[in-house]
Amino acid sequence: MNLKSHSVNRKAGRVTPRAPFGFLGEVCGAHGVTRPTTALVSGSHFAKAFHAWSLCLLLAASTALYGSDWRRFRGPHGNGAADAAPVPAVLDATNSIAWKSNLPGRGLSSPIIVGDRVFVTCSSGLSQQRLHVICFNATDGAKLWERQFWATGRTMCHEKTAVAAPTPASDGEHIVAIFSSNDIVCLDLAGNLIWFRGLGRDYPHASNSLGMTSSLLIAGGVVVAQVESQSEAFTAGLELATGMNRWKITRSRGPNWTSPVLLQTGGAELVALQSARGIVAIEPATGQTVWSYTNKTSATPSSSLNGSTLLVPSQGLTALGFGSGEPVPKQLWRSGQLNPGTPSPAVLRDKVFALNDGGVLTCGNAATGERLWQLRLKGPFSASPVVAGQFLYCVNEKGLAQVVDTTKPEGEVVSELDLGETVLSTPSIAHGAIYFRSDGRLWKFGKS
Amino acid sequence: MPMKSFLRTLVLSGGVSLALAGPPPEIAEPLRVLRAVGPEGQGNAAASAAWKKLAAGNASTLVPLLVAMDGANDYALNWLRAAVDAVAGRELTAGHPLPVPELKQFLRMTEHNPRARRLAFELVARTDPATADQLLAGMLNDPSLELRRDAVQKLVDQADQAIARTNPVVAAPLLQSALRSARDVTQIEGIADKLKGLGQPVDLQKHFGFLSEWKVIGPFDNTGNQGFETAYPPELKIDLTAEYDGKKGKVRWQDYVTTHKYGMVDMNQPCGKLKEVTAYATTDVFSNRAQPVELRLGGKNSWRVWLNGKLLFAHDEYHTNTEIDQYIMRAQLQPGRNTLLVKVCQNEEVKEWTEEWEFQLRITDALGTPIVFTRPPCSADGQTIKN
Repeated sequence: MNLKSHSVNRKAGRVTPRAPFGFLGEVCGAHGVTRPTTALVSGSHFAKAFHAWSLCLLLAASTALYGSDWRRFRGPHGNGAADAAPVPAVLDATNSIAWKSNLPGRGLSSPIIVGDRVFVTCSSGLSQQRLHVICFNATDGAKLWERQFWATGRTMCHEKTAVAAPTPASDGEHIVAIFSSNDIVCLDLAGNLIWFRGLGRDYPHASNSLGMTSSLLIAGGVVVAQVESQSEAFTAGLELATGMNRWKITRSRGPNWTSPVLLQTGGAELVALQSARGIVAIEPATGQTVWSYTNKTSATPSSSLNGSTLLVPSQGLTALGFGSGEPVPKQLWRSGQLNPGTPSPAVLRDKVFALNDGGVLTCGNAATGERLWQLRLKGPFSASPVVAGQFLYCVNEKGLAQVVDTTKPEGEVVSELDLGETVLSTPSIAHGAIYFRSDGRLWKFGKS
Repeated sequence: MPMKSFLRTLVLSGGVSLALAGPPPEIAEPLRVLRAVGPEGQGNAAASAAWKKLAAGNASTLVPLLVAMDGANDYALNWLRAAVDAVAGRELTAGHPLPVPELKQFLRMTEHNPRARRLAFELVARTDPATADQLLAGMLNDPSLELRRDAVQKLVDQADQAIARTNPVVAAPLLQSALRSARDVTQIEGIADKLKGLGQPVDLQKHFGFLSEWKVIGPFDNTGNQGFETAYPPELKIDLTAEYDGKKGKVRWQDYVTTHKYGMVDMNQPCGKLKEVTAYATTDVFSNRAQPVELRLGGKNSWRVWLNGKLLFAHDEYHTNTEIDQYIMRAQLQPGRNTLLVKVCQNEEVKEWTEEWEFQLRITDALGTPIVFTRPPCSADGQTIKN
């Protein structure tokens, strides 16, 4: 393996190689779990100094409150932001890694974290027809259980993606996982199968030969599944308890890889469904449309929530204010300079971050759309950035994680870590730790 | 029927005590409930409760769970599979042995569900990898695609070793044997590459069984993608002597024989490189008996397929991705002549990568073995007799 961590010499703008991950520890037991040793690996004076700095940060972080669970794609607020900020700013191979575990198959889905358990989906076997849901112990990375299923729908997808592309969702008691084949499984936290749906078999015209990626959302006891393709497009509201259709609405036909976003408005919940034609906000209980925004919108990056504003990848980025009692959302601003590529934008309080595929990170004022600064990262990127405290975490397709201090006037990369494997999955943050996954590995950095 | 299969398992497993004990009565009803699940979540609520009972079972329930997969629909298979995972995972974690003799016996009975047998194999492998590896040697022609693939791979590995020793005399027969048994497309292509390297190229069009001789007609209009839904005259009746109004003037049926390595029928050749058009291709295959088959189609354009006048499936998607066996349709051939009709559409996109207007089609059994069709009966003067 070629796993290298780096800390950035900010004055010189150089990157100092650090110990490869291979020195970190040994595989423990049958689960392929690796935990770090305590020995520091020798390095440059600068590297040692940086270690000390990172340890201070870790100590400071440990005094902060733990964040909440991370139960769906891009976290509790649907915008990549964690609730609290105790995640290490320095991702390195000695101090901040908690563990890594092997995965049995491919996947672009993000891990989700519920309490002390981490859930990951994978796909493997001939034509990726085997669908895995795996539960790990968040403390030590040991595999607690695994369930496999056979795809009932089409599994063909572009070689860059995988059948385990969409991220599962949880209400804290159930894990609901969807795959590109449109198969959906609902399990409890102990791995008991609650229900199975083969939407690919039930509705066989709804498929995309490049793959489906829309992640699930749970709202009001309903699982919202966006299943949209050129040949057929629908969104279904499934009963969380049984998987039966509560509602199923026809959507505009067209490829769509975006994921629904939960909106809180006046104590009620709405679900924003995005497509190339705009945004439709529906009631999760009925599927009824409450409001819609019609404009050319991206079908790849998803919208992000900022309080009562939805930041939509439409003609750059368009901010829609909702929840003011008006029947339609109000366009607050639009910026062509904030133009996300494949990664969805992230939001941290008063700032929004748009990352294009090539690696240009643009920070904007979330209230006005004004561009504040730009920073060139090392791309290319597929994974969406996530943010905790003042730090933005971006991992490129080569597996190079880059941590950006967003409080610096022009933004600044404060550490790098080369995971040494292709990473297309968006990281997850929960309880003081950040998780990355590749096709073969799951890493945890931070609190163990 | 699962119970019938189960009884057969009991009889054939002879002195295997666990299997002879049969499924406890408390398992029979949960198994029935799981097998009753259907489309759109039908039976899910009852299945959830039944699943918990089955998942709480011990290792002796594994074979009954596997037997219950015989004849089960795809939804039920997944419920049963998850129960096997739960039971086996808990037993192994507790350090309890799995019933390897019964699993091996089940594995040897090829009439069982291929996926269930593969699962049995993997349970054996988790307990006794060496035994599982030995079992593969007899599975070159197994009805389980995954078991067969692994068995073929052992031959390929042996051939690779021979090639590494620069011993093509040994390698070539191994690869030829592997090619005869292989059904996985990727594996077949890999073997063919190795054989080509040994100076023994493979006719992949023939090997995969792509249909190569067609009659084609077009172009018809597909402006605004409306042609996909429009029933032009060939959909209503196939008259190979007829002439129709097409998008660019009169059109009539033309002979078309593809020489493409993978049997692509390229509509740009007979119709010209056009946009917003649709065309049809038809051919006959002669079956010596009624038989279930799979029609396996690949292509980047919207398409419809009819067999003997009945629409099998349609997919309205353009220029995303293509691969062999991209779409698989189950169908029934009748004895004698069977007429296929394919409609393939081209949209308005003008980028270079949207030029393709083509499809490939083959007819296979459920494992992907191409069906060899009989020649049509001929009169004394060599003309095909219509039936």
